[in-house]
Amino acid sequence: MSSIAPSVLEPVPDVRGRYGPYGGRYVPETLVAPLEELERVYAEACADPKFHAELDALLHDFAGRPTPLQFAERLTSHLGGARIYIKREDLLHTGAHKINNSLGQGLLAVRMGKKRVIAETGAGQHGVATATVAARLGLECTVYMGTEDMERQRLNVNRMRLLGSDVIGVESGSRTLKDAINEAMRDWVTNVRMSHYLLGSVLGAHPYPQIVRDFHKVIGEEAREQILQKENRLPDWLFACVGGGSNAIGLFNAFLADSSVKMVGVEAGGRGHTLGDHAVRLAAARGFTGARPGILQGTYSYVLQTSDGQIATTHSISAGLDYPAIGPEHAWLSDIGRAEYTAVSDEEAIQAAKTLARIEGIIPALESSHAVAELIRRAPKMKRDELAIVNLSGRGDKDMETLSRYV
Amino acid sequence: MSETAAPKSAAASEASPAAGRIARCFRQLSARGELGLVAYVTAGDPSLDATERIVVAAAESGADVIELGVPFSDPVADGPTIQRASDRALRAGATLVSVIDLVRRLRARTSSAAADVPLILFSYFNPILQMGLDKFADAASEAGADGVLATDLTPEEAADYRAAMHARNLDTIFLAAPTSTDERLAKIAECSSGFLYLISRTGVTGARSALPEDLPALARRVRRFTKLPLAVGFGISQPEHVSVLGGIADAAVVGSAIVAEIEKSASAKEAAANVARLIGSLKDAARSGISRRSS
Repeated sequence: MSSIAPSVLEPVPDVRGRYGPYGGRYVPETLVAPLEELERVYAEACADPKFHAELDALLHDFAGRPTPLQFAERLTSHLGGARIYIKREDLLHTGAHKINNSLGQGLLAVRMGKKRVIAETGAGQHGVATATVAARLGLECTVYMGTEDMERQRLNVNRMRLLGSDVIGVESGSRTLKDAINEAMRDWVTNVRMSHYLLGSVLGAHPYPQIVRDFHKVIGEEAREQILQKENRLPDWLFACVGGGSNAIGLFNAFLADSSVKMVGVEAGGRGHTLGDHAVRLAAARGFTGARPGILQGTYSYVLQTSDGQIATTHSISAGLDYPAIGPEHAWLSDIGRAEYTAVSDEEAIQAAKTLARIEGIIPALESSHAVAELIRRAPKMKRDELAIVNLSGRGDKDMETLSRYV
Repeated sequence: MSETAAPKSAAASEASPAAGRIARCFRQLSARGELGLVAYVTAGDPSLDATERIVVAAAESGADVIELGVPFSDPVADGPTIQRASDRALRAGATLVSVIDLVRRLRARTSSAAADVPLILFSYFNPILQMGLDKFADAASEAGADGVLATDLTPEEAADYRAAMHARNLDTIFLAAPTSTDERLAKIAECSSGFLYLISRTGVTGARSALPEDLPALARRVRRFTKLPLAVGFGISQPEHVSVLGGIADAAVVGSAIVAEIEKSASAKEAAANVARLIGSLKDAARSGISRRSS
């Protein structure tokens, strides 16, 4: 029953880190050697049963895997369409899916003999996950965060500091995730011999998009097994929000070969269609302007930019989606039509958060609320025997200051 | 959908450009036993007119090669000084097109120092890619540029780029770093023309008080892979640094120290004078240069 025809898709990335034309490695020369080292050490770790055993134990006992696939009974009857399942990544330790990758890369850092990790963070979830893993593994940790994001995710700043990490505010540019990544890269290029850059999404130079995807693919593997157990068949729809795109890739990956499964990535529509007011890279058909293939922070993918190649500022109510580029594998999945990308506005995301809170008793992160909003938009038009899974990538505790304004 | 083609991977193996201004410049320096001075300025900081004036002053006061930095919104390889300069230039409206136009204006100067000095466009790769490799190479070469350095482009991703630049006789300068393995140094040397730019230390651009102790050994390691002139940059700001480099390299690259002079100046005229003074003192140190290596 669960055995599906082999994939018609070529495995990505290729040896040069390409997803179709996207991906690659565009960095200053100083960073090439550490990226090659990371690639080599990752390959060795993949072939080492002890690495998998150690990671699995941490995921199970420390992070709380597997996460439930919950049937959303009341939301299903409220919307009157497809049967809705929620993948509860919000129940993980630290409150989001990010810990999957932080644990994996944390172990790689130890394997490489690096005593210190560097991370960037937008919503603060990757920063908290990395600070947590650093404490657990006895590593030093420095987290870069835009000061705009520090303001709107204050709780997470305090969590990271309590966990013993240095949190450094970044004042440049739009003072959000992109600028935090720039500063993390500058730290890495300076301290490259003793530090590992623990990048938090399916972004950056090869092999990061692959490594981060691989550490998150457990989300989709579990969800696939769980839905087969509960419904005895594959889902018709998958929904996930997409900033860089790590939780979406994590869910989608296990279903790529299942051609009956439709995948929807939800970007941040922000407050308008004009460049600067949104973070929509792939859903251009919905009227958002400014995205073209280009290079940002090490990878070739769709990037919001001006006509002369300067990277544009973005806006989203959710710090984790507020980023001008998208993971190269998403660009590829969009090009070949395997996944569909759409957008949800700030306002719709807030409404979705309120709906999920009141109907299912779950307060979602504002990032995940974008996926929930798209599901709410579409589910009523679906048939009652259709199955939809939404990835609830994080919980909303960190967003209470923002959400309080809408109660 | 954009017309931007995805960068391809196939190996490029066309010959390097005919020896132009850059090669001639290094031949003359070598004949004089003199360390070259490569001066970096962020183009358009605080305005393109100011940059024109500053570059003329730099060339007349002894800069042997000028790097015109193309401002970029996300300069990950740069420290705070050049980040601020990029911001100022972008706010003043500089674009890759207007920087290429500045090259044209410099070539039209009557001052022979400015009209003949080798000019290198120093850019992050995205603005070049968005203009299109062929269109960029046509425009840059037609304006009178001599070479191009793309900070975040490594030999592995550069096949199409090299083909486009070399077809217009533009030198392609690549970076070598302290972390580069011997295998990579061989690749970098093979893809470079004009000169090879050695990053002196792990880190971003910016003035430092001392040169790294392992720099002479690093430079010797790089020379095993190339006969090209070797320019050393990152952290070079003082005449003493330049004197030390005389025994190690063929040229010193000075960037942030020059940009800092421009930043603290109240006018373009004052900036030109301050830059000229700094370059004069660095060049004095450089003139006692390469002879030390051969002795």
